[in-house]
Parts: sequence; C-alpha cells; structure tokens
Amino acid sequence: MTMIEAIRDALDIAMGRDSRVIVFGEDVGYFGGVFRCTAGLQRKYGPTRCFDTPISELGIVGAGIGMAAYGLRPVVEIQFADYMYPAYDQIVSEAARLRYRSAGEFTCPMVVRMPSGGGIFGAQTHSQSPEALFTHVTGLKTVVPSSPRAAKGLLMAAIEDPDPVIFLEPKRLYNGPFDGYHDRPVTAWKNHPLGEVPEGHFTLPLGRAEIARPGRSVTVLAYGTMVHVAQSGADAAGIDAEVIDLQTLLPLDLETVTASVRKTGRCLVLHEATLTSGFGAELAALVQAECFYHLEAPVARVAGWDTPYPHVHEWQYFPGPARVAEALRALLEEV
Amino acid sequence: MATRKNPETKATKRANVSKDDLLKYYREMLLIRRFEEKAGQLYGMGLIGGFCHLYIGQEAVVVGLEAAAEDGDKRITSYRDHGHMLACGMDPKGVMAELTGREGGLSKGKGGSMHMFSKEKHFYGGHGIVGAQVPLGAGLAFADQYKGNGRVTFTYFGDGAANQGQVYETFNMAALWKLPVVFVIENNQYAMGTAQKRSTSTPEIHTRGQAFGIPGESVDGMDVLAVKEAGERATAHCRAGDGPYILEVMTYRYRGHSMSDPAKYRSREEVQKMREERDAIEHVRELLLQGGHAGDDDLKAIDKEIKAIVNEAAEYSKESPEPDVSELWTDIYA
Ligand SMILES: Cc1ncc(C[n+]2csc(CCOP(=O)(O)OP(=O)(O)O)c2C)c(N)n1
Ligand SMILES: [Mg+2]
Repeated sequence: MTMIEAIRDALDIAMGRDSRVIVFGEDVGYFGGVFRCTAGLQRKYGPTRCFDTPISELGIVGAGIGMAAYGLRPVVEIQFADYMYPAYDQIVSEAARLRYRSAGEFTCPMVVRMPSGGGIFGAQTHSQSPEALFTHVTGLKTVVPSSPRAAKGLLMAAIEDPDPVIFLEPKRLYNGPFDGYHDRPVTAWKNHPLGEVPEGHFTLPLGRAEIARPGRSVTVLAYGTMVHVAQSGADAAGIDAEVIDLQTLLPLDLETVTASVRKTGRCLVLHEATLTSGFGAELAALVQAECFYHLEAPVARVAGWDTPYPHVHEWQYFPGPARVAEALRALLEEV
Repeated sequence: MATRKNPETKATKRANVSKDDLLKYYREMLLIRRFEEKAGQLYGMGLIGGFCHLYIGQEAVVVGLEAAAEDGDKRITSYRDHGHMLACGMDPKGVMAELTGREGGLSKGKGGSMHMFSKEKHFYGGHGIVGAQVPLGAGLAFADQYKGNGRVTFTYFGDGAANQGQVYETFNMAALWKLPVVFVIENNQYAMGTAQKRSTSTPEIHTRGQAFGIPGESVDGMDVLAVKEAGERATAHCRAGDGPYILEVMTYRYRGHSMSDPAKYRSREEVQKMREERDAIEHVRELLLQGGHAGDDDLKAIDKEIKAIVNEAAEYSKESPEPDVSELWTDIYA
C-alpha cells in the first residue's frame, strides 16, 4: 500500500481499538484531508471522532493538549508542516512541558501529524523540514517514517505513546520511494518490499533506528526521504555505504548509530532541512564524541542550502544523489 | 451565456456611473479573467509548477475596490493574488513570468505564484500563510497614520483566514489605534475543501468587528458597482480618522482552490448556477449593452486588446530565461 493508505490504516485501527482516539484538522473530516490520509474516517466513526476545524493551528493544537490532559488521545493534522508556526507556542510551552510542570500529574498523549519536506514544487511555504525546531525541545518526541511499513508501525506506536509526538510525514514519499531522481519515474510502493504493510494492529518501537542497507565503508545517517536518496547516492558513487534510517530523531537510537560508525570509521549525515543548526549538527557532535577514536575522517554533512526554499531551481536546492555521491567520494578520500 | 434578467441593481441605480467607468471595469475584470485562464493553460502544459490559485469569479472585488482607492493607498493580500496585482496596475508580463519561475518575474522566479510585490504600486504582497498578511496590513496603516498622509491600506483575506487568531489581535490593535485600514474579507464560501458552515460559528463575518467597535457590512461581490460604493464608504471612514472598517464581500471562485483541487466538496450545478446567474463581468457587459454605452463590436475590440496583452505576457513568461542558480543565495541578507 502507499504511505497515505498506511497512515489511514493506522488511524482506522487505532480509532477502532480505542474510543479515546479522535482525529481532526483542516479539511480532515468531510473532505478526508488534502492528501487523503483521513478519507473515510468521518463516515466510519462519525463527526464527533473525525472532524474539520477552522484554519486555526494554534487553536487546533491547544485544544488537543486540553483533550489529551483529560484522557483523550487526539491525533491532529497540521495540513503542511509549514503551517505549524502559529501552533509552535502551544507545542513548546504547553504540550512539551505539561508533564514536568505538573510533576507528572498531567500528561499530553497527543500526536501532531504534519507533511513535511520538498520535492513537490511547493516553494517556501509548502516544502520545509522543521524537525530541528522540535528536537530542540525537551519533552517532545520526533518521528519521521521513510516507508508505508514504518509509517503505520510508528504512527500506531506514537498514538499509544504517553507523551506528545511530532510525526513528520515526508510528503514526497506518500506515493513512492523517491530516490532523488526527479526526472525518472518513481516506483510505486506496491512494487517495493516496504510497501508491504502488516495487517491489523502493528507497532514499531519509537526510539529505534533500522539499518536500511548494510555496508562496510561508510555510515550514512538519514531519515525520511533522504533514506532513499542516500541509497541512490551510494549507488551513483559505487560506494558500499551502510545507510541507517533513524526513524525517531528524539529519543535517538544512539547505539545503532555508534555501532555502525565504529565499524565503518566514516560518517555522512543527511537531511533536507537547511544545514545550519539542523539536526545533523546534533548527530555530528554525538558521533564525534562517541566514536572519536574510530573516525578516519571528519563527520560530513549534506543538507539543504542555508536559503529559503525557492520556487525555481528546486532540484539545485534539493540535496539529491549527485551531492550525496560527491560527499561520499570526498569522505573516502580522506585518510 | 445566460444573462441576468435585469442588470440594474440598487448600486447601478444609485451610482452615477459613466460609460468610461463601466468600460474601465469591464476591461480590468476581463484582463484578470483572461490572464487567469491563460495561467491555467500554462499550468496544464507544465510550464507553471507548484501551487497556483486562480481568481476567476472574484474579479469584481478587486476591481471595485481599486476604483475606490486613491493614489498612494496600499494593498496586501493572500496567495490568491494575481487579480490584485493586475488590478493595481502591475505588469502582466512580470506576474506571468513569476509563475513560470523566470528571471523576468516580479520576484525573479524565486517567490512563485503566491509571493510577488511592488513598491511602485504599493502592493505589499501575496502571502502564502493563511492570515499572516492581516497584522502586516495594520502595520502599513500605522505607518501611514504616523506620516499623517491620509492614505489607507486595503487588507484582503478569505473567509477561511477569518478564523485565524491573529486576525482578532489585529482587529483590536487597529481599533485601539484607530488605524486607517479596510479589512476586506473575500467570502467565496469555501476554504479549500471546507464549506464555511463547517468551520465558522457565525456566518456573518462582518459582524465580528462589533466586539472591537469596528463597523462592518456585507457587500455583493458579484456587482462591481456595489463593491466600489462600499469601498468609498469604507475609505471615507478611514480617511476621516475614524479607524478601521470591515467589508465582507460575498463572492465565489469558479475554479478549484488551486490547480490540484479535485473539487469534490461542491456540486457542479452550484458552480454553474453562479456562473450563469451572477457573473460579474457578464453583469457589466449587460449594463454596457443595455445602456447603449457600447455595441458588440466595441466589446469585441476590447476582447481582442485583452487577448493581445495576455498572449504577450504568456510569450514573455516562456522566453524570459530562468534566473542564474547563484540567485538562490541572494536577497537573504542586506
Ligand atoms: C497557516 C496556514 N494554514 C493552512 C494553510 C493551507 N491553506 C491554504 S489556503 C487555505 C484555505 C483558505 O481559505 P480562505 O481564507 O477562504 O481563502 P480562499 O482560498 O478561499 O481565497 C488553506 C487551509 C496555509 N496556507 N496557512
Ligand atoms: Mg474562501
């Protein structure tokens, strides 16, 4: 199934199992979501459990926090991650802090889903990858799936998690494993092993990375769309790279990361988000602190340029396979 | 196209409207419609990518309000901005070339459909984030008040945007400081796939200013003369130093929310009915013909003239080169 279907499936099963789960957001109810992730849920569960909201991101998230504090399990959708900023205050000041502030008496078991990332000609207000704005906030968990299988398993786990989870859905992966070659047809998920999604209740633990592809010469740390770009970049460079799909950025599966880097001795960090103060900076610092004596070259990063996401020249902006391949080659030349 | 039985409305009777005015509105509205149709075509051909929100159906709103504006008045709006730019006299070539992402575009191809600006025409942008332009509009009005220059700012936003919290923070400040700003709510009855009744507690959005002491009225947005008249009332209020004014202009978009809208949330008949019975351009056309101000040939000549402008814009938007890649790194800091 596609990633859209996998997300819908996860929501459907979660709603079926637990009457505390409610789903809402802009165009989510009657229309079924602009990406169709909630299509059919209102018909199946009724408008008190799946409904439309006004265009009021702050209100949507804030109301969700109240519902969660009182025992419901809201799964809210922010239509694009780029529209999250009005809600950021509620996410940071309330959702993330409620448990600490109340010494554990109140909690916020809420999931905020949002499509993120570029590659769809969305320009500056429909392409951003704001994960670092969340990983910088203690009290939040941040998850980024890279396949339908991961999307279903991680989303179900996020809904069952006792803490607030930011669930970023790389929209360029909704319909296929985009590997960065925008001029080639994308394989459909149904022809990809990770498009095979277990039926029924299925969770993947938060805080666990997966090795997307084993290799020996260099470790590539990636998440979301870049998991696929990492592999096509390694192929283009003809390099035996081990690609790690982080899946959850916070809490981070540092063990899997360090085991790989200690084995390969080299590390490339990838993300679509802008470079400076991106999540890659955190990863690079952790890897150098934990693996210093195993490193044969400085940790390298490939990321979005430090510019707004442009309307024109999207593919010059997007950190595609060519940039990944070049960085991998350079990394292997270092002695 | 079916016609209105009687193109005369209260506004047409009251307004002392000249033949030249009518022809001007006709021309301006037609330019927007044809421009948007062309943009839709170029989109279909793959020459325009990404998000593109057409203004077809809503032309009378900006044309009517521009008719009420004076030199130096400002305007700011959302992403559905092509009509606003054409109505305030920005170059169709520069708008179209921005859609195609070319160097000759108003933002050098870097902003796209939703993000264009013109200091010369006092157009402070298209803004992609719903509601974000509203406080900016109050700030522009503050600057005018500070300079004491008697100018007003038209701050446009949609029925959907009217539910953003920042709108009400802005209403309060604008009323508190008596800012010369006209809040223009373009109520086309839908916010993307959500009909107004599914998202809005009270349908009469113009009454929402009452709590802040801001007068408001509902206006027939398919009647350019009614819009102009209301615009004159609103600007007179602002220029007199009486503070902000709200116009809720009832209108309708004929096309999808953006080019990728499957439009499954409303019936084809609903759209067809509006087009046939309420079309604003057709309305002025009837006024021109029935009032004996113009004949079929005159209107055909205008059609031709508009077509030429739009074709020229389309050609330019294909011929203008893409900006140099180095442009990605410019205009970030001074
Ligand atoms: C903060 C924010 N939330 C959501 C969106 C997505 N979005 C873009 S347009 C739109 C509908 C807006 O409707 P309305 O204000 O009525 O304007 P219209 O499109 O009808 O002109 C939505 C939900 C956005 N761009 N920004
Ligand atoms: Mg609307």
